Amino acid sequence: MDSDLSSQDRKDLDKFIKFFALKAVQVIVQARLGEKISTCSSSSPTGSDWFNLAIKDIPEVTHEAKKALAGQLPGIGRSMCVEISLKTSEGDSMELETWCLEMNEKCDKDIKVSYTVYNRLSLLLKSLLAITRVTPAYKLSRKQGHDYVILYRIYFGDVQLTGLGEGFQSVRVGVVGTPIGTITLSCAYRTNLALMSSRQFERTGPIMGIIIDHFVERPFTNMAHMHPCSYRSPGEDEGGTYAGIEDSQEVCTTSFSTSPPSQMVVPGKEGGVPQVPAQPNHGTAAEHGRVPSCPNGQSPQPAQPTSCSSEVKTVFCDALETTFTRKVGAFVNKATTQVTTTSLDLPFAAFAPRAYDLEVNDPMVHPPPSPAPSSPLQGSLHSNSSSHSGGQPQDDFVMVDFKPAFSKDDLLPMDLGTFYKEFQNPPQLASLSIDVSAQSMAEDLDSLPEKLAIYEKNIDEFDAFVDTLQ
Amino acid sequence: MCVDISYTIMNCRSEVLEVSVEGRQVDEAMLAVLHTILLHRSTGKFHYKKEGTYSIGTVGTQDVDCDFIDFTFVRVSSDELDRVIRKAVAEFKDALGNSGSDGMGQISLEFYQKKKSRWPFSDECIPWEVWSIKVNVVNLANEQERQICREKVGEKLGEKVINIVEVINRHDYLPKMPTQSEVDNVFDTSLKDVQPYLYKITYQITDSLGTSVSTTMRRLIKDTLAL
Repeated sequence: MDSDLSSQDRKDLDKFIKFFALKAVQVIVQARLGEKISTCSSSSPTGSDWFNLAIKDIPEVTHEAKKALAGQLPGIGRSMCVEISLKTSEGDSMELETWCLEMNEKCDKDIKVSYTVYNRLSLLLKSLLAITRVTPAYKLSRKQGHDYVILYRIYFGDVQLTGLGEGFQSVRVGVVGTPIGTITLSCAYRTNLALMSSRQFERTGPIMGIIIDHFVERPFTNMAHMHPCSYRSPGEDEGGTYAGIEDSQEVCTTSFSTSPPSQMVVPGKEGGVPQVPAQPNHGTAAEHGRVPSCPNGQSPQPAQPTSCSSEVKTVFCDALETTFTRKVGAFVNKATTQVTTTSLDLPFAAFAPRAYDLEVNDPMVHPPPSPAPSSPLQGSLHSNSSSHSGGQPQDDFVMVDFKPAFSKDDLLPMDLGTFYKEFQNPPQLASLSIDVSAQSMAEDLDSLPEKLAIYEKNIDEFDAFVDTLQ
Repeated sequence: MCVDISYTIMNCRSEVLEVSVEGRQVDEAMLAVLHTILLHRSTGKFHYKKEGTYSIGTVGTQDVDCDFIDFTFVRVSSDELDRVIRKAVAEFKDALGNSGSDGMGQISLEFYQKKKSRWPFSDECIPWEVWSIKVNVVNLANEQERQICREKVGEKLGEKVINIVEVINRHDYLPKMPTQSEVDNVFDTSLKDVQPYLYKITYQITDSLGTSVSTTMRRLIKDTLAL
């Protein structure tokens, strides 16, 4: 099958597929960070922008992708998948979508690798950029922070779609034929968000004590591979080059030929390929389930964002820690508790005493106050909870009768919650509960002449009534 | 209600998309569709070197949130290109508003190649892909309807993006990569940061009879000549 492909072409093709996979993962994860993404066009090629597209490389994401690939390439029967899921502050989680990069056996022998395949892969990445903003998870990810976060997981092998619930939809991003198989990129996304409409996540507290427990419980071992869609902006120099791929040998082909392919020039290692700055404590990333955390006080590389990328901000603290505030009912005076995902490898980790200091004063750790609190009470609840930060011992839950804001007891003898519950199940109408079998058709017909006689007697009344209507 | 059509005439692929929007959503809906198409039909700047090789610049992208529609689209990072497209969309919107029609019109994005002809004939413009977006402007009565419209139009635009990607992904005809002397016959090289295929944007306003204004004019002229 591969005898027609020259060894140079085969090497190039493998390189393209590898970097396509890495770039696709970057696009998907970055689209779920919850922020608008912006990169600059550059008319002078730098040699590190694969597929002629400016796609930043978040080092942790590249690392995870390479870990999942483990030196292999996506191929026939070996798919690379990025799973996006949602995790609430109560610890429930739900798979939202799975992006699959697969290869099937249909080969296109005549296609030119270094030219057509490369350009089509570039087009496919552009399509991926567009489609990642269109699936339902995009809107959810833009609103993450207070009640939930978006996590990603990269795996290699067989595609698993069972966690997406019934009736999941699929959208195909595109296909690119190559001499060794056809690459397909698609997304399967959950549609059954009815139990979890996006509006629910705009609330800041539980309503009427309803606990959201409709999600698929993930076993904790799986959770260890989930990573929050958040990152620290890598240090960049003014030239607009991006934190590049770690392997400086892998410079992408940016030179094309209008003459026959044999004259193609591949640029060598150009001086501008940046190295990924060494990550502090990154070596511990391999530890199962632990997400590396930066020691307190150590700042990341001096961030010198270029003007066009300044919109990209760090959402959470510089380690891949996600901190959210546990919600309690209104009017509860107890201090709130905080949970981090770093201790997820322990079952019931949320109840274990915390062994380390959280960055109390880091504004990135505490989500900013809710942008539009629905009532002043809930707004103050937020600021109240964010001031009670790390170092507090875990408190027991206190059950409090939830009093909706602004409810007045004197108007109704019962509170809104009970009222609502009662009137959700109203008693059946009396007229509907008449035992129908007691009356037969014959009886109905018998009573008709009597009824007609009465109506005829009162005909004048009826006529007068009709006149008043006209 | 929204029927999307695809057909090919004389090797020119034609795609028709339809959207129904409220008046203030026209700009953003058109920008979303046009930019999504142009994202796929723009490359980095070509730099020709000797020996007949060329290198391609890098295209950046950015997310654009719509104000009147629950939707975010991606466009190429080129303020110049954005200005050109916005200007065309603004003209279209003005024409829609001034036409006094029921608010129906069509904006077309046509990709073409130039074929140089000898004097005295002028250069031919041969289209190879035409995207037509039919717009139907609706009037809404209250804020609740507007809110529903925000979401619905957002969903519809999402479907349009998926349709566009589907068409692009068929990998149908694309002009051959040109030599340095021919590049201006295939690409618009006037922008400094990106290089879209040569394109033109035109629009037609449909009068309330459902016929486009230009068709009516043509018919009038024909009838006059027939007398």
